Amino acid sequence: MGSGTSTQHHFAFQNAEKAFRAAALIQRWYRRYVARLEMRRRCTWSIFQSIEYAGQQDQVKLHNFFSYLVDHFTPSSHNERDFLNRIFTEERSPQASETQNCGDYDSIEVPDSYTGPRLSFPLLPDHATALVEAFRRKQRLHARYVLNLLHEARKHLVQLPNINQVSTCYSEEITVCGDLHGQLDDLIFIFYKNGLPSPERAYVFNGDFVDRGKDSVEILMVLFAFMLVYPKEFHLNRGNHEDHIVNLRYGFTKEVMHKYKIHGKKILKLLQDVFCWLPLATLVDEKVLILHGGVSDRTDLELLAKLDRHKIVSTMRYKTRKENKKQAEEKGNANQTGSAGRPSPWFLPQSRSLPSSPLRPSTHKAHRAGRSSSVPCGVPLDPKELSRRVRRSVDLELERCRQQAGFPAIKEKEEPSSSESEVDSDAEEQPQPTPEEWRQVVDILWSDPMAQEGCRANTVRGGGCYFGPNVTERLLQKYHLQFLIRSHECKPEGYEFCHSRKVLTIFSASNYYEVGSNRGAYVKLGPDLTPHIMQFQANKATHTLTMRQRISRVEESALRALREKLFAHSSDILVEFKKHDKDETALLSNQLFHNQQE
Amino acid sequence: MADDRDRDKVAVAEFHKKIKEAFEVFDHESNNTVDVREVGTIIRSLGCCPSEGELHDLIAEVEEEEPTGYIRFEKFLPVMTEVLLERRYRPIPEDILLRAFEVLDPAKRGFLSKDELIKYMTEEGEPFSQEEMEEMLSAAIDPESNSIHYKDYITMMVIDEN
Repeated sequence: MGSGTSTQHHFAFQNAEKAFRAAALIQRWYRRYVARLEMRRRCTWSIFQSIEYAGQQDQVKLHNFFSYLVDHFTPSSHNERDFLNRIFTEERSPQASETQNCGDYDSIEVPDSYTGPRLSFPLLPDHATALVEAFRRKQRLHARYVLNLLHEARKHLVQLPNINQVSTCYSEEITVCGDLHGQLDDLIFIFYKNGLPSPERAYVFNGDFVDRGKDSVEILMVLFAFMLVYPKEFHLNRGNHEDHIVNLRYGFTKEVMHKYKIHGKKILKLLQDVFCWLPLATLVDEKVLILHGGVSDRTDLELLAKLDRHKIVSTMRYKTRKENKKQAEEKGNANQTGSAGRPSPWFLPQSRSLPSSPLRPSTHKAHRAGRSSSVPCGVPLDPKELSRRVRRSVDLELERCRQQAGFPAIKEKEEPSSSESEVDSDAEEQPQPTPEEWRQVVDILWSDPMAQEGCRANTVRGGGCYFGPNVTERLLQKYHLQFLIRSHECKPEGYEFCHSRKVLTIFSASNYYEVGSNRGAYVKLGPDLTPHIMQFQANKATHTLTMRQRISRVEESALRALREKLFAHSSDILVEFKKHDKDETALLSNQLFHNQQE
Repeated sequence: MADDRDRDKVAVAEFHKKIKEAFEVFDHESNNTVDVREVGTIIRSLGCCPSEGELHDLIAEVEEEEPTGYIRFEKFLPVMTEVLLERRYRPIPEDILLRAFEVLDPAKRGFLSKDELIKYMTEEGEPFSQEEMEEMLSAAIDPESNSIHYKDYITMMVIDEN
């Protein structure tokens, strides 16, 4: 008996041990499998992010290039200066013609055949809900109503302070949403899951409503509609994409023109103004600060509250009118053709005249008069002629660059025959922000948090800064705040805490890079201001995919995107490879390495 | 002898490159440190298949005397190079993996029920977390039979990786 049991026990023990070891082996193998998947996911993410931010960085560089030209190129007459100015300045028409423009929507007729939603003002909650429903059914809002709605939205926004003050006394809960980037499905999902806005259900949308996604227009219409219907409970912050220059590159301008064709331009014009009137931040119970990008060690909330936010047309470029005016005066007085005695910058072509370019739709008459189409070389040039040639070639270069950057070509009606008085009146009517004001706004719209202490320039994006936990801490203490909510960065889970949970990133565009790339999220603040995060992924397909399938899909997409980029820049890349550009090769070889592994 | 040494040098250089690249993926602040919780992923992505226990030992080697929660590249590189040179923690061949499943299936049915799998993975060996268990189930379990046909499962996973 005894020996039997002990053999049994021994046998059982052996079996148990074997099972234990077998299980351990399977687990060990499985964990390695998961780790490799995770590595692939990270690499894919890096690729997408690099491509995204590199694009933004390019745009900033391009603008700095232009700004340099404008600042340093001294045309011989104010006509030329004006012409160059207009390349950058989507000039704002003076107040009078602006109201005229907006009044124009009255004249737009809506055909009887139109089956889309019709709006009447003042808007009622039902109208806003109906609008959401209409868009869900893929209807399109007629240009007349778009303009009308934008006009009303602008009227409302103008009265708002730079920093919205919200209190949880009135609404029981506040829901904060991050970037939507034209992804209407996500907005509809949030309203479906969390409930439509109401006096009891306050919402804050933290910028970047447009660009990239295909339904930016519809998102704006819905957001503005609810803002008008529930002005006390529905709040919008400006994001770095609420900017007509950024829109040129990232798809919103295209979307508007495509959807609205002849009326598109008018809509864009009005939008440009509406964007400038969006508040810069929202403060909840004076404790939680919500803004789009982040902060810097110079962030001054008092200054931000006081400045005229309307002056900041675009955070992409800063330029003082005053400087140019001075230049014009100097030029006018001296009637110099400056280039003769001045060293020419590297980017100006050297002393050869260029034939008129088919790219250039210039219609500036005074301009043409002063220009010859081609001048043979070798003739001793008087300063005037040299200057004219230099001007010409710069114009051509500028035009080419502008085309590349996606700027609209200069249209005839944007160029009235020049007159100094007009320029002057322009300058007076459109005061510019001070450099400090401009920097403050750029900082809050473009900055990203980082883990290290300190504050340094955000070289990846080309604007704003990276701010560390100490910067956050100092700001929170200075203004007696509890924490910051910001957006601006896509996160795999749709949200991320950092700086000891003092900074919350909330991003509401799910599947941003690709189906399955990331969740979206929104955050609810209760009366105690504790954040409650809700996640979602607005695509049924992703739910049925396993992790590895999701990662494979996203990976394919990333590789495709990378391949496109490589193809587009193959010559540049060759140059860079020769120079041993570390970053490029590291990224590539990492991916290749993993491809080998796989 | 000289050839061996040269070959070693080349191997080491190769390893250094791979280790650096894998490390950089998780070096979010570009300051040559990674969160200690990501080290396991890095090591495994470099071709190693340590158990949790072995992983902990490895982390202890690369951690600071007073753990900061971060691992520095300067400490990680030499240790990891050694691991790769010695070919430590080799991956598990398919047939060994199959035999492990068969141990858990003494009746040789060719499959494990969902409950059995959960029991073994969460109670034996180095137990899975709930998240790990759910993730494995999502891909492994055949919803109709509520079981895992381990031979097919292994084949699928191996193909998927390659």
